[in-house]
Amino acid sequence: MALAACGGPYSALAPAGPVAANVALLWWIMAAGATIIFLAVFVALAIVWRRPALLGAAPERRLILWGGLALPGAILLLLLAAAFVLGERLVAAAREDEGAIEVIGRRWEWSFRYPGAAGAVSTGTLHIPAGEDVAFRVISEDVIHAFWIPRLGGKIDAIPGHVTRIRLRADAPGVYGGVCAEFCGTDHAAMFFRVEAHPPERYADVLAGLARETGQ
Amino acid sequence: MTERMTDPDAPPATPTPPSEPPRLSPIRLHKALSAAWGTPPGLGRLSAVNHTVLGKRFIIAAFVFFAIGGALAMLIRVQLATSETAFVGPDVYNQFFTMHGSVMMFLFAIPMFEGFAIYLLPKMLGARDMAFPRLTAYGFWCYVFGGAILVAALVAGVAPNGGWFMYTPLTSSTYTPGINSDVWLLGVTFVEISALTAAIEITVSVLKLRAPGMSIDRMPIMAWYLLITAFMMLFGFPPLILGSILLELERAADLPFFDPLRGGDPLLWQHLFWLFGHPEVYIIFLPAAGAVSMMIPTFARHELVGYRTVVVAVMAVAFLSFGLWVHHMFTVGIPHLALAFFSAASGLVAIPTAVQIFAWLGTIAAGRPRYDVPMLYLGGFLAVFVIGGLTGVMLAMVPFNFQAHDTHFVVAHLHYVLVGGFVFPMLAATYYWLPHITGRACERRLAVPAFWLIFVGFNLTFFLMHLTGLAGMPRRVWTYPESAGWDGLNLLSSVGGFLTAMGFALFVMDIVVQLRFGRRFRRNPWQARTLEWATPTPPPAYAFAALPRIADRADRLDPGAIGVALARGEGYLGFDRDGRMETLAVEMASGAPQQVVVLPKPTYLPLATGLATGAVVLALLFKLYLVALLGLAATLALFLAWTPSCGARADSGPLPIGMGETAPPHWEAARPPSWWAMVFTLAADATLFGSLLFGGVFLAVVGPAVPAPPIVLPPALLIGAGAALVAGAAAAAFAVRRLVAGRSPAAALLAALVLPLAAVALLLPVIGGLGDPTLHASRAVTFVTLAYLILHALIAALFAGFGLWRMRAGFLSATRSLDLRLGALWHGYSAAAGIAGLAFLCGLSLLGVVLPAVPGVEGGPP
Ligand code: HEM
Ligand SMILES: [Cu+2]
Ligand SMILES: [Cu+2]
Repeated sequence: MALAACGGPYSALAPAGPVAANVALLWWIMAAGATIIFLAVFVALAIVWRRPALLGAAPERRLILWGGLALPGAILLLLLAAAFVLGERLVAAAREDEGAIEVIGRRWEWSFRYPGAAGAVSTGTLHIPAGEDVAFRVISEDVIHAFWIPRLGGKIDAIPGHVTRIRLRADAPGVYGGVCAEFCGTDHAAMFFRVEAHPPERYADVLAGLARETGQ
Repeated sequence: MTERMTDPDAPPATPTPPSEPPRLSPIRLHKALSAAWGTPPGLGRLSAVNHTVLGKRFIIAAFVFFAIGGALAMLIRVQLATSETAFVGPDVYNQFFTMHGSVMMFLFAIPMFEGFAIYLLPKMLGARDMAFPRLTAYGFWCYVFGGAILVAALVAGVAPNGGWFMYTPLTSSTYTPGINSDVWLLGVTFVEISALTAAIEITVSVLKLRAPGMSIDRMPIMAWYLLITAFMMLFGFPPLILGSILLELERAADLPFFDPLRGGDPLLWQHLFWLFGHPEVYIIFLPAAGAVSMMIPTFARHELVGYRTVVVAVMAVAFLSFGLWVHHMFTVGIPHLALAFFSAASGLVAIPTAVQIFAWLGTIAAGRPRYDVPMLYLGGFLAVFVIGGLTGVMLAMVPFNFQAHDTHFVVAHLHYVLVGGFVFPMLAATYYWLPHITGRACERRLAVPAFWLIFVGFNLTFFLMHLTGLAGMPRRVWTYPESAGWDGLNLLSSVGGFLTAMGFALFVMDIVVQLRFGRRFRRNPWQARTLEWATPTPPPAYAFAALPRIADRADRLDPGAIGVALARGEGYLGFDRDGRMETLAVEMASGAPQQVVVLPKPTYLPLATGLATGAVVLALLFKLYLVALLGLAATLALFLAWTPSCGARADSGPLPIGMGETAPPHWEAARPPSWWAMVFTLAADATLFGSLLFGGVFLAVVGPAVPAPPIVLPPALLIGAGAALVAGAAAAAFAVRRLVAGRSPAAALLAALVLPLAAVALLLPVIGGLGDPTLHASRAVTFVTLAYLILHALIAALFAGFGLWRMRAGFLSATRSLDLRLGALWHGYSAAAGIAGLAFLCGLSLLGVVLPAVPGVEGGPP
């Protein structure tokens, strides 16, 4: 059953891009660490209950000092460092909007506007080039939504009155699932979208085709 | 030992204290005190103000709401059991999860801990009741009526449906035109009144109403936890109350606080909500941790180790929790540095939490642990809560948060924290203190299988849900396609949910069995060492026949011996003085006895006042604003009706309190409980006002830069109004000086009445000249700020008028100046808020002029 989480079109644990891969790696590190800490707490409980003598005389202060202060402190420092390194790519979102695909959330569908492609727009399907960083500029036309492609990487909210930005990359051409993660009313559950990552050399054609469709 | 008026001008207090009432035999003492403290039978029960009665009522009501929230959880799990279930549609499902979350947080968790606190605190501290019994009752009615409104809306199919954090613009009138959102905003705010009254009561009761000799560093650890929690509530709830008021104003009167097209910002709601919402989680956890810290020592047969360290750790948690709210908003596009800061701070709370856990483990190591039912549930608490804490640290890591946020991973995490950190400890606490309530010992037969059902069912439901979330399932979806691959996990979660429900059903049966068939015991069945076990069990209305003198830390006592002595009337106040309900107030730090607090008798006034407040809420809900105004007037009049039974018409001077000592009645003391209550009320009020000013600055500086129409603030009127408020405060202070010096305060009071009214007269044209407040958020903020100041000036005038009335009615003298001092506090605050508010408005209008010209303002419109 645990494997079920690792597959599937929306699984953050089946990464298809570097951002999601880093987070998946971070997750497995944290899951292992958490298991160890959890077991350690219960080993500690068993010892204090049954064999407090193992801890030597007057163990209370040492327990509080090591278990409460030193150990969690050290683990936190390590974890923050790891998260910083692994998350750098995600957090360092593009600062300028040049070349960014505009993502428009509205109840209950997603539209995508492609820059420099003669007004190409698509709704429900996002086209991106594979193997390249793609910048997104996310806005909303009504309530708050959240733009999320689990297999590529983290989500970002679409907030009326704000522009938010995120940068993602699909390593290989293919089709990926996208969802709306922020509750937005009646059809929130139906606000899926489809992501098609195209080989870079074909991407311009795809956009041109879209522009033609949009123009009609 | 006793405290007098500190004013040097004060004349000497009345000499020759009256003699002590006669000693009675234990039986006659019990009879006399029961007659004085008892709640009338029959319909008279509605007039109850006693903490034992009301604590039980709070707990029972909270359990009822827990059952309602649990039933909703089961309906949610039915709907999610398989993909594309045709059980309910989105419109019903959205009400289900919104109500499930809101009921659990506002109608179960908070009131449940309040009930435990109200029932236990006075007994743990060696007092006969809470500081403000009528306020307890009023809070109870506000809670029950507010909860009833929410549940009625659910039955009527118009329940809130925007999620328990009610994000705008989804909950605005554009996207939720029905009354669903109003039900939440008004109903929950109504319930919050009870949270605030409880916070004030707990704070004052812990600080003042303790047994003599119980210095602050001797308090039972639970009192520390509750004190710190109550402080957090004083500062945590006002931002939510303010946010609710603003959102309701936006919905009802179109004031655009959150509308980005008119200079508002939906993120302001999120900041206000989580400024409350994050501390809220600790407000729920800390009292439960306090209960854990009481139970573990009993079963470890060793006092809590690291008492001081634990107190410091709890303070650290409280402090940190106010700096973490942004971790609920990592994905709204906040700056890099802020992400790093809030991420690190969020991880940091793990440390004081770990300190507490290891203090508990250390206590077990130092003692000779003994197994019993509460310990079993505490084992469940430890396992579940530790997992919740670990996933919490994971979520604090920004990159992981970007993936897991708003998925079922978060649903799993929050249930591990809330069920682990609150429900399991409360189940343990129920088994631990139920014998105190019933006088019957705890049986094991059903308690153990109930535990295993709940524990296994819970973990089956929620452990798997971590994976469901990582598999990409967002929270708050009413259905999902089969192709998503979430079926198997969800089905197992639903099975787990029903096992949990069966466990709770068994628990309820067990409680009924224990109530009916439990074995009676005499005193202290767990051999605990804290004072609540020194009352007879079940406890009489007066709790203690006499109040003990505490000479050691309050978790090293022998309740058996103390209880016997107290029942004989050996101690303070071990007598009946004219049927009055008396308890002692002590000096905060040292615990030296200081005042005789005379408590009010049972009365229907809290019920009537609660009904009137409920009428206001209902009128607002149905947009009958005239009726709301009438209801408000009725509420105010009823509150004034509470006062004639307070204070006295003649000076009394120090009274004998037993043990050869004397103390004045509280209304003749310098700092009685009500004085502190006023101070804490004003602190909460100032937090509310501060949140408003924060909102104004936030909108002006980081909100969408929509050019604001000019705001005209005539300087002469503003300066005049500020001056009038300050002069009014000076007059109120002068009135106190006159009274204490033995002269008539009438003229000064009259000035304190007229000057705030003059300020109102000056501010009304400012509001009138503002122009349409619906045009732009900056105008709406200005409007609300001015309205806030006007309201405070009006109440200040009311206080002065009240002072005049009390003077004419003979309640005031040089030693009985409390009424005027309370009024002076209010006046002082109103003046300070006036200065701050008016200066803020001037700054805001300057910013409004300057800001649109500043380039590069973050978050401009698309
Ligand atoms: C043990 C029985 C419980 C079960 C089976 C359960 C189940 C659930 C489920 C499935 C959701 C997610 C709904 C969704 O996102 O679509 C949820 C949400 C929630 N639950 Fe529970 N729950 C239980 C107990 C509790 C308790 C004891 C508390 C609090 C003390 C609580 C507080 C919440 C909150 C705050 C939410 C979020 C609501 C929202 O998204 O607006 N739950 N619960
Ligand atoms: Cu959505
Ligand atoms: Cu939080």
